[in-house]
Amino acid sequence: MTEIVLRVENLRKRFAGVYALDGVSLEIRQREVVGIVGENGAGKSTLLKMIAGILRPDGGRIVLRGKGLSLRNTADAANAGIGMVFQEQSLLPNLSVAENILLGHEDAALRAGFYDWRRLRSLAAAQLDKLGSDISPSARTDALTFAERQLVELAKVLAIEQRTRTEPVVLLDEPTSMLDAGQIETVLAQIERLRGRASVVFISHRLEEVLRVCDRIYVLNHGRCVAEHDRASCSVADLQTSMLSHTTPAPHAPPAAAASKRPSTIALSVRALRCAGRYQAVSFDLRAGEVIGIAGAEGSGRESLCRALFGAEAPDGGDMLLDGQSIRLGGPADAVRLGIGYVPADRRIEGIVAGLSVAENMTLAQLDGLRRGPILDFSRERTLVRTWIERLRIAPASPQVLADRLSGGNQQKLVLARWLVARRPRILILDRPVRGLDVRAKMDMIRLIRELAASGIGILVIADALDELIAMSDRLLVMKDGAISGRFDAPDSLSERHILERMV
Amino acid sequence: MRQSMEPQQGPGVLRTIRWGQWGPCLALVVMCLGFALAEPRFATLDNIGVISDRCAIPLILSVGMTFVVLQGAIDLSVEGVMAASSLAVAMLVLNSRTGLDLGLFGMALAVLAGASIGLLNGLLVTRLGVPAFMATLGVWSVAMGAAMLLSGGQPPLIRDPALRAFGLGRTFSLPNLTIVALLVLALGFVLQNYTRFGRYSVAIGGSESLARQAGLPIDRCKVQAFALCGLLAGLGGTLESVRIGLGHVDIGVGQMFTTVTAVVIGGTSLSGGRGGVVQSAVGALMLAVLANGMIFVGISPTIQKAVQGAILLAVSLIATWQLRDRLRSVK
Repeated sequence: MTEIVLRVENLRKRFAGVYALDGVSLEIRQREVVGIVGENGAGKSTLLKMIAGILRPDGGRIVLRGKGLSLRNTADAANAGIGMVFQEQSLLPNLSVAENILLGHEDAALRAGFYDWRRLRSLAAAQLDKLGSDISPSARTDALTFAERQLVELAKVLAIEQRTRTEPVVLLDEPTSMLDAGQIETVLAQIERLRGRASVVFISHRLEEVLRVCDRIYVLNHGRCVAEHDRASCSVADLQTSMLSHTTPAPHAPPAAAASKRPSTIALSVRALRCAGRYQAVSFDLRAGEVIGIAGAEGSGRESLCRALFGAEAPDGGDMLLDGQSIRLGGPADAVRLGIGYVPADRRIEGIVAGLSVAENMTLAQLDGLRRGPILDFSRERTLVRTWIERLRIAPASPQVLADRLSGGNQQKLVLARWLVARRPRILILDRPVRGLDVRAKMDMIRLIRELAASGIGILVIADALDELIAMSDRLLVMKDGAISGRFDAPDSLSERHILERMV
Repeated sequence: MRQSMEPQQGPGVLRTIRWGQWGPCLALVVMCLGFALAEPRFATLDNIGVISDRCAIPLILSVGMTFVVLQGAIDLSVEGVMAASSLAVAMLVLNSRTGLDLGLFGMALAVLAGASIGLLNGLLVTRLGVPAFMATLGVWSVAMGAAMLLSGGQPPLIRDPALRAFGLGRTFSLPNLTIVALLVLALGFVLQNYTRFGRYSVAIGGSESLARQAGLPIDRCKVQAFALCGLLAGLGGTLESVRIGLGHVDIGVGQMFTTVTAVVIGGTSLSGGRGGVVQSAVGALMLAVLANGMIFVGISPTIQKAVQGAILLAVSLIATWQLRDRLRSVK
């Protein structure tokens, strides 16, 4: 067995009180390609970001060649010999390729404190050569294509070995998710090339890819490492099975009760909706009182689709019909007027106003309805807010508490409440409503979503974990590469495997 | 992924200048041609000397401002720094008020006073986390107040003959101040393109969070930029003082507007990361040519200010127009 280069011991990371990573241990050997797979939100990116110095662990150790590491930023990690190629790219757009490759480590290209541009370019070119790339080192980074920028990121990581005099550990966070088939082949070939000079950790949603290039594969699930596979003795089906095995109690809500009063009217009808490069020919009907879940991996186009239904992104073609009437959304304001509500995934950024109270947050968008003449009617506001705090079981049950003092689950309810206070929406689009919530809050939120649907609202929901999505939904659509690849009526946990097969 | 980039020739620095950045240069040329056609006296050597004279101080100021703006910040304290250093120089060299006669050394001290005010700006922004806008606005007022205190309502006269001669004199038929300004510009160019401070400034303006993630010394660069901006504002105030021969609190009046305008119409983006000292120099030259040309073609001095403002607005509109389209398609 070859030398162990990197060892991760019992690593933990909490976000807002919930463990995104709950004691993960793994090891990477010399010149080994290790795959990490798991559902969205399983903790893969969090794990890599901690190894790369972007996030600081709340517990556990990262040991590189026998030495414990304490990393403050990516520069620290690079100095130790660890580099990461980011999913959301980390190159500075307004610098040249050469500057980006050597950013923060220009010493070798400085002469008496001044840049020797020719030397800088040749040093960068040497890194690009390792990848067989002929991207010009003096090109401006924002003039490159996405795939070229990714190659530059890779070259930047390889530049580490020049400084540390040891083979680097290269972390690849879904390098293939945004690429087309030909480009993916190039990336996989690069990984093969890396095998000769580095240890590689590779995250991908495409299990076939992982099986093709990785020597060993770790499976993460709900922040824990649930399985380790050798490529030799592992199939796509094995990986799927371990991805779905639940080590934490799954937040199964009361069974989808809506079946009892299966609604009849179609609230929203989507016909052949398309948007170049994001999704194509998407058609489905959403009935009043029904919850449709959309499953899909990163890059499946489901976020884009939801944004289009809320008017935040214009589709290229196709129709949307609300109660049989064709609608055109010029922007979110149109959607709101028509009774379509949208709760974004990142409530901290887009959802709540942290410095305002629960009451103010709740009525923010509805001040018109609370006016008497030019004056706000505060007693009516109070009554309304109290009603919804009770109905949604927001705790603490005080309208005056500042919104950022609430727990994640209660903040999520608050965002929901904003859509409910004035006039009940007909359609609600929920992007990851239970993300980052603990098990109890998840079950509470899922129950709430079911109740809202029972009151006649048509709900479209995205979630990362399949078991959660199944618990919320009456029906399920599966999206893959921008198209609907599967439809499931009344899904249960037995269908998880089939759903996953259509996602990856 | 292997498709080759277009082969590019020439030194690396010039390659980073893109076509869109030639707009201000073109506008400058058009403006000069227009004025020259309308009024032949505009294009005389004498008048070019007048323009270069007029442009010297704004050029020095805008080189310093460029680095601050490149990083995505702003320095509003320029006029206060100029006032303070003006009073400082007037009371340190041979003058009508104090008994001091420090000569060139006095000038250097006055410039350093400007640099330390800039340093204060930088520390307020980085150590105490005061937004640059508010920190430098406050420091502007404080520096102005200090200058008023020193002035006491009776501006000290500078009586050092050598310094006066330097401030008013010419070398090889170029005004001395213009030569200093060109040296500052050259220094700024080298700083921007050949030092870490300059390149990191561009990086910070491009994306501060990515630069921080990459472990660049962001706070240090910011402090350096504010200190440089203060130093050059101090130099501007000092030079203007030895030129007119007195230390005055109003020495920098109007320079704040001119400096920011020069930087912006030159093509340096207020959100940072784009532009540079050469562009700012073009902007400063445009403003000088405009002010001078408007006199020649008989535009009343009373509305010249308004014309300058209108041009600033027009340029801002043009500069952000593409950005607006892009934002719209994203959101």
